[in-house]
Amino acid sequence: MSNTSSVLDMPEQAFAGLETRDAHAWFGKHHALAGVSLRFPAKSVTGLIGPSGCGKSTYLRLLNRMHEFIPNSAMAGEVLLHGDDIYGESVDPAAIRLKVGMVFQKPNPFPAMTIRENVISGLKLAHIKIDNEQDLVEKCLSRAGLWKEVKDRLDASGGSLSGGQQQRLCIARSLAVEPEVLLMDEPCSALDPGSTLRIEETIKELAEKITVVIVTHNMQQASRVSDYCAFFLSDGGPGVLVEADQTRKMFTNPTDTRTADYVQGKFG
Amino acid sequence: MSEFTIPQPTRPWDRKRSEVVRSGVSLAIVGLLSFAIVLFTGFSGVDGWALCILLLCVAVLIYRGRKLSKKERGNATVQLVITAAAILAFAPWLSIFGSVLVKGIVGLKVNFVTSDMRTTVPDDDLSMGGALHAILGSLLMVLMATIITLPLGILSGVYLTEIKGRFTFLVRFVIQSMSGVPSIVAGLFVFTTYVSATHGPTALGGSLALGILMLPTVARTAEEVLKLVPDDLRSASLALGARQWRTTLMVVLPTVRSGLITAGILGVARVIGETAPLLLTAGSSTAFWFNPVKGPIASLPIYVFGMLQIGTEYAVNRAWTGALVLMLAVFALFFTARKLGGKDKR
Amino acid sequence: MNIVAPVKREMHVVHSRGDKVFRGIVTAGALTSLVILGLIGSFLFARGAQVFSQYGLKFITGTNWSSSLDEGIPSEFGMGPMLVGTIIVSAIALLFAVPMSIAGALYIEFYATGRLRKILSGLLDLAAAIPSLIFGLWGIQVFTNFGQNWAEFLANRLGWFPLFNTISDNYGRSPFVAGCVLASMVVPITTSVAREVYSRTPRELIDTCYALGGSKWGAIKTVVLPFGKSGVVGGAMLGLGRALGETVAVYLVLNLNFRYTFRILESEGGNVASLIATRFGESSSEELTALVAAGFVLFLLTLTVNMIASAIVTRTTRK
Repeated sequence: MSNTSSVLDMPEQAFAGLETRDAHAWFGKHHALAGVSLRFPAKSVTGLIGPSGCGKSTYLRLLNRMHEFIPNSAMAGEVLLHGDDIYGESVDPAAIRLKVGMVFQKPNPFPAMTIRENVISGLKLAHIKIDNEQDLVEKCLSRAGLWKEVKDRLDASGGSLSGGQQQRLCIARSLAVEPEVLLMDEPCSALDPGSTLRIEETIKELAEKITVVIVTHNMQQASRVSDYCAFFLSDGGPGVLVEADQTRKMFTNPTDTRTADYVQGKFG
Repeated sequence: MSEFTIPQPTRPWDRKRSEVVRSGVSLAIVGLLSFAIVLFTGFSGVDGWALCILLLCVAVLIYRGRKLSKKERGNATVQLVITAAAILAFAPWLSIFGSVLVKGIVGLKVNFVTSDMRTTVPDDDLSMGGALHAILGSLLMVLMATIITLPLGILSGVYLTEIKGRFTFLVRFVIQSMSGVPSIVAGLFVFTTYVSATHGPTALGGSLALGILMLPTVARTAEEVLKLVPDDLRSASLALGARQWRTTLMVVLPTVRSGLITAGILGVARVIGETAPLLLTAGSSTAFWFNPVKGPIASLPIYVFGMLQIGTEYAVNRAWTGALVLMLAVFALFFTARKLGGKDKR
Repeated sequence: MNIVAPVKREMHVVHSRGDKVFRGIVTAGALTSLVILGLIGSFLFARGAQVFSQYGLKFITGTNWSSSLDEGIPSEFGMGPMLVGTIIVSAIALLFAVPMSIAGALYIEFYATGRLRKILSGLLDLAAAIPSLIFGLWGIQVFTNFGQNWAEFLANRLGWFPLFNTISDNYGRSPFVAGCVLASMVVPITTSVAREVYSRTPRELIDTCYALGGSKWGAIKTVVLPFGKSGVVGGAMLGLGRALGETVAVYLVLNLNFRYTFRILESEGGNVASLIATRFGESSSEELTALVAAGFVLFLLTLTVNMIASAIVTRTTRK
């Protein structure tokens, strides 16, 4: 079945080059996600929403080949990046992950490293040569909205920052390898409201240059930061994509009654 | 919901069949080449083989690594190094299990466990004499050590988990440090305090030394086991008006009964092969008699040790057989502990 | 209107008489280990005191250990060569054991999968339970054949290196071979600790490395090794404690000779615990006192190492 709505149908937005076709995911015998076809719009924020256990995080991890690190996991369907299947025969998964970066739920700067080392750690890991370290560090930290706060203590440990700052450091770390797409898995769920707002501002700024896909189970957050929304739901079986559209439309005039019920807080 | 056909789950990240085949072919070539090298050059023995294979693997790595990026080449190199070092780490144990089994089984006849060395000299045929006295001696000493140590170990565990008094940190620290006391020092201690003050080596002396070595293991395992008891259970009992001592004795300890037995078994497994302290405290003999406070007593480790010291062919055979029995005993204890240990958790 | 601050009421648990008795018994039981440890130290010290006062620091540094039954010739007890020998053999053991343990732990935790992983971790647990006597038996009967070839190879090719220098061609029961046997005995201990610490590396940090385009080795180098560093040091110290105090495995393999030697490939060496085991049976009461004193030194040495080790391991595994 590939009759699910595709986000690209919005005329004013270009296509980001990332799409899934009939994507399925399993954990062992458990069928977690079924038949998701979705095309992501470029230079915008797409929110993946839905109650917990609906497969939205699984879907996110499918997009940059992080799903396969879970033992006994399996998948089916296609995930295409610029038309090439990222699960294809001769694809280097590390190269995919460089193009499609990821920020995790809990802030997790590398504990043994300074702020500066954290920012450039991705380049070291991927064996990418660094031309001008100082510029790069400043650029990434600025884009993550952290530069002003830490410019005088770049050699302090990453762990010395507050939770919100740590998460912005993690964003800066992901930006250093210049991904086309940044996946975020509930990046604010471990943070206080003030830090959450700062991160949301950062996300919006990022979307001017790159494509952001964010998983959130917070309706308000989805309506604040995202330009597009995809609603996932599981009725006990595998999670499916119910509806995907512009966020404004999803929250005011959704096509599917289940979406309406969910965004109005009737369940979830 | 519309009907859809569910596709077959796939794991595209698994190694491709072509890759597996290629690796297999490489390995086969490596094997054949090593065979040729061992046959026609100075390499020989197990270590010669291992070195050949390692060198050829490096060659294959270099050959196949031409096309890889620097990162992938580094990754593959490290994988080879780690695998080789891990094999080197595991090889001695496999060699030990193998040689104990192969060399020990030669002398493992019925008489080994049914007769002693009263009328047999070590050089006699293997169908004569045995280690019954040593086995009984070991059992007696280990049993006495357990009787002394198990209550103390459990009390320590109870103290650390139920009472949590002022000395908690100290007790835990002392138990940890005590597990590192060299066995010969424990033997020396019992010798200076007990053995030299009485009538020389006895079973009681041996079991005191073994008890010292057992205590940390028992105490630590008991603590681990008692930690698994959910606090709700204690609260529930206290809320019913039970005193702490009744709660501990009637509720907490019975819940982890098999875990506490596990603690004892692990303690026994820890000391049953101890040799050095028994040299000083229990001595050796050629037959078994049941008097814990008088006269030296044989034990399985000392039997092995003594036979090895004699060094003649049959004596060494007896030593290997003793080692086999000892190892089987340790493993049996170990598996029993595992079986029991899993029980409480469920 | 005045607000009167409420009076705080102290709350404390009141123990019944039964509970008090119970707590007393349990505390006494728990403190026996402390008492035993204290007794070991004080008794050995008291029995060896005479030697310490007679020889002073010379007991540690002295190079001669001769027991004389003749009234005219005085006995002399200095444990220097044995102490140095113990350290040499243990150092060789750690030199081999630590890298092998790190590799073994990484292999089980990150490279082996499925059934192999289960088999290897079971094997690891079993290996840690093998009595040291069996290591010694295997060492002298099986391993020495390999070990002496390796030693000979080293001596022939790298003989210019001071430690690999030899004057005889007897390589069998050398510190090198004994060190290798001890290494195989220490590896299970160190590997278990290392594996335990490595397995506590937060999964998210490893995932982050992969998400940044890193390889498996990249993730291990960036996250796992720094995270497990102090735990591995603690595990190595535990292994060191075991190696320093080991008796039978060394006794069976090493050719004990009372002389300073730094030629590790040659068939002679020293070890305090083996000295005690060797001399014990035939010692005069004077020598016995000296042996007890040597035991006390060994006790202090291993206790220090083990206390440091357990402090490190406790600190790193509790977080």
